[in-house]
Amino acid sequence: MSASTPPLSGPTKPQAKALNCPKCGAAIVLRSFGQAETVVCASCHSILDAKDPNLAILQQFEIKTSDIKPLIPLGTRGKLRDTDYEVIGFQRRSTQVDGTTYSWREYVLFNPYKGLRYLTEYNGHWNDISICKVLPTVDHNMFGGSSLTANYLGETYKHFQTADANTDFVLGEFPWQVRVDEKATVTDYVHPPRVLSSEKLDKEVTWSIGEYMYGREIWDAFRLPGTPPEAMGVYENQPSPVTTNVTGMWVAFAAFAMLLLALMAGFDMRANKKPVFGQTYRYNRADSKAETSFVTDVFELTGRTSTVQVKTYAPVSNHWIYLNYALINQDTGQAWDFGREVSYYYGYDSDGSWSEGKQNDEVVLPSVPPGHYYLRIEPEADPSLAAIPYTVDVTHDVPVFGIYGIAFLALLVPVVIISFRSYTFERSRWSESDHPPMQLSSSSGDDE
Amino acid sequence: MTQPVANCPNCGAKIVFRWSSSVQTVCDFCKSILVRTDVDLKKVGQVADLPPDSSPIQINTEGKYGNKAFVVVGRILYEYDQGGWNEWHVMMNEGTSAWLSDAQSEYGLSLSSKSQDLPSAAQIHVGQQFTWNNQPYTVSVITPAHYRGVEGELPFQYWDKTDVTFVDLRSESRKFATLDYSDPEPALYLGEFVEFDDLKLKNLRSFEGW
Repeated sequence: MSASTPPLSGPTKPQAKALNCPKCGAAIVLRSFGQAETVVCASCHSILDAKDPNLAILQQFEIKTSDIKPLIPLGTRGKLRDTDYEVIGFQRRSTQVDGTTYSWREYVLFNPYKGLRYLTEYNGHWNDISICKVLPTVDHNMFGGSSLTANYLGETYKHFQTADANTDFVLGEFPWQVRVDEKATVTDYVHPPRVLSSEKLDKEVTWSIGEYMYGREIWDAFRLPGTPPEAMGVYENQPSPVTTNVTGMWVAFAAFAMLLLALMAGFDMRANKKPVFGQTYRYNRADSKAETSFVTDVFELTGRTSTVQVKTYAPVSNHWIYLNYALINQDTGQAWDFGREVSYYYGYDSDGSWSEGKQNDEVVLPSVPPGHYYLRIEPEADPSLAAIPYTVDVTHDVPVFGIYGIAFLALLVPVVIISFRSYTFERSRWSESDHPPMQLSSSSGDDE
Repeated sequence: MTQPVANCPNCGAKIVFRWSSSVQTVCDFCKSILVRTDVDLKKVGQVADLPPDSSPIQINTEGKYGNKAFVVVGRILYEYDQGGWNEWHVMMNEGTSAWLSDAQSEYGLSLSSKSQDLPSAAQIHVGQQFTWNNQPYTVSVITPAHYRGVEGELPFQYWDKTDVTFVDLRSESRKFATLDYSDPEPALYLGEFVEFDDLKLKNLRSFEGW
C-alpha cells in the first residue's frame, strides 16, 4: 500500500486505507475508497478532512455521554436488497419537540459499485434510505403554511412532521462535510411503508426515500448477535398490521349485505306461508286437577319438507301460561316436542312504567316433512289464574330470517374489528405528527 | 469500424483509436495529451497524475444502455468543493458518442444536444425552469468546478481548462439536463439517471476485499 497515486487503469486494486489521526495518533481506516469527505477519529473525536492526505482536523467535539454506540458496529457487512454493504459511518441526531428531546441513529452504508445507502433507527424502528434520483414535487398549502402533501414517482405522501435535526455525535466516514451541532431542517412525508424526507441545510435541499424495516430484518441482514431492540410505539411510516384495504372491505361488506337482502326477499317470495290450523281453547283450572293434555284435529302439510310456525296468543296480564306442545305425525308417529311460555307483566315503579313479555309467542320448527299432523297440547298456568282463553295458529312453509341475521353479524363483526384496529393504529401513528388527531372526534386533524 | 493507428510523437508508443471520430487522446505510456491534426498527432500537453478515485468504471468498461451496447473510451475528471465526479466518454455501438457521469456512484447517461438561445452563466439562477424537447427542467444546483484531468479519447480538445461552471437541471422524471460553460458557447447535454444494475457493466475495476 503506497501513499503515492496509483495509475488510473491497470491492475491496481483500490484498498481500504489505513492512516493515523493527526491529533491522537490512533489508527483511522478509510473504507470508502475516496468517497468520504470527512472521517471521525473514534478515540479523540476529531472530525478530519478525508480528502486531505494529512487528514487536517476540521472540528473536535466533546461527548457528553459515553454510551453512544452504533448498534451495528462500523466495518460490519450485510446484505440489503441483494447488495453487500459495509457500515462506514454513524451519527446520532436529535430534535426538540415541546421541550422533549427525541434522538435517532443513522448509519452510512457503502458498496464500491452501488455507492451509498443509509439506515436510520428510532426506538427500534428502522428505515432503509437512499437519495432520490427523481425530484419530488410539493403541493403548497393554499394558506401559505407548510405543504401538506408531496408527490414522488406517482405516489402521494402526506406531511408528517417538520423539525430541526441537530447532529449530536458522529463516528466513521461521511460522504459530506459533517459537523457536530449542525442543524438541518428535516421534513417527513409518509406513505407507509415509505417515507419521503427533505433535508435543508443552508440553501441546499436533499431529498431521500426510505422504506420501513423491522429490527429482525436488520439483524438477519448484518448477522448481528442477540436480538434487535424492541420497537416501541407506532412509527411514522410503519406499515399498518391491518393489511386489508378498509374501504374496500366495507364495500365488499355492503355488497354481501345487499346479497343477503336479495336472498331474504327471494325466499320470502318463494315461501307459501299457508295457514293450516287455527283454534281457540280455554284453560280452566277446575278442569286440570290431573294431567290434562289433549290433541287437536288433524291437519295436512303438503308439498316439500319445510318449516312449521306455531303461534300462541293469550290475553295474559301480569300472569303466565305455559304450553307443552308436541307436533305429531299421524302417519309415522314422529314427534317434535317443545314448550312455550306466554307471559306479560307490567307496572309502575320509581323509574316509571315498565313492562315485560308479550301476549303473543311464535316458534318455527325447521324441516318438517309433508304428511298428516296433529298437536298434543298440555297447558299449565299461573296458580292465580282461574281461566284464560288461548289461540293456537299453525302456518306451513314460512321463511326463516334468523340465519340471515347471524350471517350479517358474522360478516359485520370482523369488518368492525379490523376497521377499529386500523383506526387505532393510524391514530397512534398520527398522534406523533404535526397533525395529531382531534380528541375522540373526527379522525383527521388536518384542516384541508 | 476502422481503428486508426498512429505513434505517440513524444515517446513513439503505438496509439490506437477505438473511436474514429476521436479528436483527442492520451498516450497510455507517457501521458502526453495528443490532438489529431489532418496529418498526424500533435502533443499539446501532459496529464498530471490523477488523484486516486473510487469509480468502479475504467477505460474499456463495457455496458448497455437500453438495447445499445457501449464501451468506455475516455474521461474527464472534475472536482468541486464537495468531491469529484467523472464524465466517462462512451462510444455507443452505432458509432455515436455519449457521456456516462459517475458522481459518488450516481450514474447518468447523457448526449450532447443542440439548442438555440441557451442562457449565459450570468443569467442562470437556482429554481429557474427550461423546457427542451417538451420536457421541463428546473435548475437544481450551479457548480463551480475545476478541471482535474483527462484520460483516453475525447470527441473534442479538452486539456487547458481550469475553472468551469456546470448547471444541473432536474425534472420530475429520471431525465436531467446539464449546461456546460467550459467554452464561450454554452453546451447542453440531455440525459437520464440510470441504475448501476441496468447498465450491465463488464470489465469493471475490482476493489480490495469486495
